[in-house]
Amino acid sequence: MDSLSSQYQSQDFFDELIDPKGKPRAPAKQLLNYLNSLSEEELEKRRLTAEATIQEMGISFTVYTEEGNIDRAWPFDIVPRTIEAKDWKIAEAGLKQRLKALNLFIDDLYHDQNVINDGIIPAHIIKDSKNFRPECVGVSPAFGVWAHICGTDLVRDEDGEFYVLEDNLRVPSGVSYMLENRAITKRVLPELFENDDILPVGSYTAHLFDTLAALSPRDIENPEIVVLTPGIYNSAYFEHAFLAQQMGAELVEGSDLFVDEEDDCVYMKTINGPERVDVIYRRIDDLFLDPEAFDGESVLGVPGLMRAWRKGTVALANAPGAGVADDKVVYAYVPAIIRYYLDEEPILKNVETFLCEDPEQRAYVLENLDKLVVKPANESGGYGMLVGPHSTKKEQAMFAELIEENPRNYIAQPTLKLSTAPTLISKGTLEPRHLDLRPFILQGKDSYVTTGGLTRVAMKKGSLVVNSSQGGGSKDTWIVETKGQ
Amino acid sequence: MLSRVAERLYWSARYLERVENTARLVSVYDELLFDLPRDIEISWYNLIEINSGVEQFEQRYKVKDERNVVKFLLSDDINPGSMLSSLKAVRENIRTTRDVVPEEMWELINELDLYARQNIKQGINRSQRHVFLNTIIEGCQKIIGLLAGAMSRDCGWHFLIMGRYLERADMNTRIIDAAVSVMLQSKEEEDVRLGQVVWSKVLKSQSAHLDYRRTVRTSINGAKAVSFLLNDPCFPRSLSYCLEQIRDAATKLPRAGLISAQIKTLSEQHYPISSSEDIDADFHDYLNDLQLKVIEINHHITESWFNFRQGDAA
Repeated sequence: MDSLSSQYQSQDFFDELIDPKGKPRAPAKQLLNYLNSLSEEELEKRRLTAEATIQEMGISFTVYTEEGNIDRAWPFDIVPRTIEAKDWKIAEAGLKQRLKALNLFIDDLYHDQNVINDGIIPAHIIKDSKNFRPECVGVSPAFGVWAHICGTDLVRDEDGEFYVLEDNLRVPSGVSYMLENRAITKRVLPELFENDDILPVGSYTAHLFDTLAALSPRDIENPEIVVLTPGIYNSAYFEHAFLAQQMGAELVEGSDLFVDEEDDCVYMKTINGPERVDVIYRRIDDLFLDPEAFDGESVLGVPGLMRAWRKGTVALANAPGAGVADDKVVYAYVPAIIRYYLDEEPILKNVETFLCEDPEQRAYVLENLDKLVVKPANESGGYGMLVGPHSTKKEQAMFAELIEENPRNYIAQPTLKLSTAPTLISKGTLEPRHLDLRPFILQGKDSYVTTGGLTRVAMKKGSLVVNSSQGGGSKDTWIVETKGQ
Repeated sequence: MLSRVAERLYWSARYLERVENTARLVSVYDELLFDLPRDIEISWYNLIEINSGVEQFEQRYKVKDERNVVKFLLSDDINPGSMLSSLKAVRENIRTTRDVVPEEMWELINELDLYARQNIKQGINRSQRHVFLNTIIEGCQKIIGLLAGAMSRDCGWHFLIMGRYLERADMNTRIIDAAVSVMLQSKEEEDVRLGQVVWSKVLKSQSAHLDYRRTVRTSINGAKAVSFLLNDPCFPRSLSYCLEQIRDAATKLPRAGLISAQIKTLSEQHYPISSSEDIDADFHDYLNDLQLKVIEINHHITESWFNFRQGDAA
């Protein structure tokens, strides 16, 4: 493997591990030296260890197909992605700043709407937002925080600068895989953890627990915290079970809970009788939460839950209505939102974004469909997107039509030169593959950012789609202290 | 513990026990038919009758022969109690309660389910049926052994115990009932010859053959075999033992008063059987009555701990 650096080329892109001269970047030095010392066979052995570990630990995710739901083993690449600790410090500060501003923004939207009155953001954007919930107007959750758990997607451009690609404020998933990736890597490359200054990631669930516990409406020593899952057929069920187990919280389904008519409190059904619930970490979407308030057909939710939440007898994380701020049109205004509420310059940049509802910008988008990435304002999971340079004329024509029909629902961004990292493709061969990074940010009484996050990697050569539901893989993410080197 | 989790544990144990019992039942019937004199007519279809499967069987099959009966009992997905359906039910229940059972439970049940599905043909064709069914029984016992050695004796455990012994009690009465039906249908002159074969197979199906010998110390006859299987306090598949296990587990849970009293009454009843003449139509009715009582216990378990009503006192 000693020819790794010379044969490896990631032209035109920022490579996370190797600099343009083919030399290891500082935080990747020990890692690459070590990988170089392994024979092809040894490297293959490590890959098989990872595979076996994933199966033993039962790390899986669910894919929906026409034949039914399939549990797939978690796709994982054994070569970690490294980031220098001092670079990460800046990103971390930027993420906290961003979530703080977004929470002030959401709270404002459901109260006085100063941000609209002061002309920072046009009224119709909120009025037309699919995720603005009139049911939430006037509610004041603890600490003024609506989005307690946020997953923000970061990418790096060709200069290595971090950009925010999107904020996920509804029910972001992936954090359990971040933790499991580290557990796998410790088994696969144990030697490196002895010598390298790789910062640990394991405290996330403890911070999550503290964040949730602080939301309890009752001032008691052991508030009852539950994780509310839509059930076994949800693609992230593994994660729901994992987080509940790690926090020592009950994993509940909607039918396990009820709201008492008399005191408007939420109870769970146990073999001892009803037990009051204080905090619900809900992993189901707003509209399924409560058939009385939203979708009357929903069997996933709990009738009366919104009533209880509005009355303040139970805390919901994330609060209903928080999704109004992860609309991709609102995204374009986040830098302005940060300046408005915090009177600070944004630490992390947005990716340049064209709003199709603006006639001038729309004209530009329609003319450059072959160069841009077009996204619907309210989808997640990488669905319903057009990646211009990889699209056909027919697809471009289809999107042109969609945009003309409903301009408010589309934004466009330049096709990014996503950074790359060496990825084990076939036996002993490392090739550059594109990746992104999803750190998780907690906000309640205090703020917390994961050390690194979940690195997702597009396993297909040249591809920019990193979603695991669409053939993406993942890597362990190392934040490395390099002082003294 | 959440009521839903308790309910799933209870049913996973019931279904696992059903898998084992179904395998035992088919296996012993196989042997029974080998050992019977040619002129005695016994139909495989009895197995459908004792498992209350007549209606579903007739929806699917016209011919009541061995192949169809065995298919219905082992592999049919129209039959919710078939071995494969039961295995699937165990798997689905454990899938959502993995966090309260030993880690290896999930792997073992997957292994067993996979084996059964891949080799189901061996169970349906006669030549390798014995090996197949034995492997299934061993797979079930492996899981029960894992639980015994690795599971905390907390609420979850008590629900598993109740599920297992309730299912076992139910099957115990059904198997005795099946033998009684065979005997009642037979011609008088065949009685003695038939009795010896049938009752020894019934004991065997419950792995009770040797215990019977040691405890009862006489040759096998209907009256003694039935009394042993109903009333022996030590044998782990006797009705009496099963009921005691359910009662014992229930008393360790909240709000067990009603169930405990109900089982106590049931355990104290003893149907007098002193000779083979007592195994008659009345006894058949009595067994039916027992089965209804077992169903009633199941109903009370469901009401006390699973079907939760708002306003129930904690």
